[in-house]
Amino acid sequence: MNDTSVATTRDVRGRETVALRINGTDRPLDIDIRSTLLDVLRENLQLTGTKKGCDQGTCGACTVIIDGQRVLACLTLAATCAGQDVRTIEGLASPESLTALQEAFLECDAYQCGFCTPGQIMSATALLDEVRAGVPSHVTSNVREQVTSESLSAEEIRERMSGNLCRCGAYPNIVAAVQSVLAMENRR
Amino acid sequence: MKAFDYYRAGSPAESTAAVASYHNAMFLAGGTTLVDLMKIDVLTPDTVVDVNPLALREIEVTDEAIVVGANVRNSQLAWHPAVRERFPVLTQAILSGATTQIRNMATVAGNILQRTRCPYFRDVHSACNRRAPQSGCDAIDGFSRGHAVLGVSEHCIATHPSDMCVAAALLDAEIRTMKANGANRTIAFNEFHLLPRDTPHHETVLDRDELITHVVFPTVPIARRSHYLKVRDRASYEFALASAAVAIQLDGDRIVEARLAIGGVATKPWRCVAAEQSLVGKPAAEQSFREAAQIALTGAVAQQHNAFKIELAKRTIIRAFATITEVTP
Repeated sequence: MNDTSVATTRDVRGRETVALRINGTDRPLDIDIRSTLLDVLRENLQLTGTKKGCDQGTCGACTVIIDGQRVLACLTLAATCAGQDVRTIEGLASPESLTALQEAFLECDAYQCGFCTPGQIMSATALLDEVRAGVPSHVTSNVREQVTSESLSAEEIRERMSGNLCRCGAYPNIVAAVQSVLAMENRR
Repeated sequence: MKAFDYYRAGSPAESTAAVASYHNAMFLAGGTTLVDLMKIDVLTPDTVVDVNPLALREIEVTDEAIVVGANVRNSQLAWHPAVRERFPVLTQAILSGATTQIRNMATVAGNILQRTRCPYFRDVHSACNRRAPQSGCDAIDGFSRGHAVLGVSEHCIATHPSDMCVAAALLDAEIRTMKANGANRTIAFNEFHLLPRDTPHHETVLDRDELITHVVFPTVPIARRSHYLKVRDRASYEFALASAAVAIQLDGDRIVEARLAIGGVATKPWRCVAAEQSLVGKPAAEQSFREAAQIALTGAVAQQHNAFKIELAKRTIIRAFATITEVTP
């Protein structure tokens, strides 16, 4: 079989132009095909809020939201993101108008050095959507039932946030920040 | 990472044709295995065929089965209402593995094809028959605490890392595939993974150009009463030291039928048929579960650091059965 019989995009070996969409803006980029989404965000687009911690899928510092789902930018080849909606910490809000979760991180002092914080906030932002959808976690006692924000325990939040490491150990305050947003939603 | 050519496949036929025609080509789905292992030069494809654009993202629910497209993400399957209702063990097993971020990326087919976490497999400077055939096995005389005790050979003791696969083994799942020549086949889940024997680099029955298109979970009433118990060093985000997937059907306190599969201790997802048969007609009591656990671990072979897993696996089995039958062990 020769190359032309395969209807796929083929460019110069090792490079490709990828139609990325980051925080609602089209960003077509010519990239080395090996580039991870994490490196493209940081090195090509100067969106340095997304952090490189372990770069091997362990720490969660590079968490971004693609098509509504939290994922790890360090294990995502940027070329596979063509046409997808990528949201980073820079696209979440503006300094003048933070999200309720960001305000809660400030209120609860949910960080110390701050390096893992963008990943924590992106992860927790998606967590809130998952809880609103009622989906279970590993510690949910009956997976047949929908979880609710009223019933969500600290243990549930810890389990759902276990993909985000914090070497300063701000975990109790991170859990408190998530809890305070859930409590606020319940009061409404 | 070594340079490679990248193809975005438009259909299953295109993707299998591409993998068949190009030297050293591999399918890319969620990337949580392949990208990870490419970064550390354990996998070095010349061509990567991206199957993410393919459809294969549907979960089709009928009375007879739940048919899952290969590209369905682990989270999507675990969270699906029909899966939670019919197969709680499957939801529990998936949600016990990795983290939400990784489960949102990893596909169902990719979970089945994930590679071992053996540190010698992941280190290109170590001897590993699975990574580099005939190079030896540094694990056998090395740090073997995480390694397998069942299905091992003198050439490889690597543990199969998946939780989902333990539930799939329990549920007699089926794997549908297609090849570049258009041939389709259905493979019983418990015949899909290979024991290491003297060819540990052959991990599954798949041919190189064979693509998983669907995974089928047949509806089985026994799975309504099912459970997955995972024992590990941390409460979350850690691979199993031992795990047990169990399902049971009772008549009063008599066992009519039981199923058992175990993880964290074997070189492939490990279904325990003899142990299951030993339970039929017995009372749902700790002694019955203990005898079944004993049978399940028959033939276990320990290395220097993993003998504890044999007893741990037995206790995991007993506790998993005790939990679904509400027996106090």
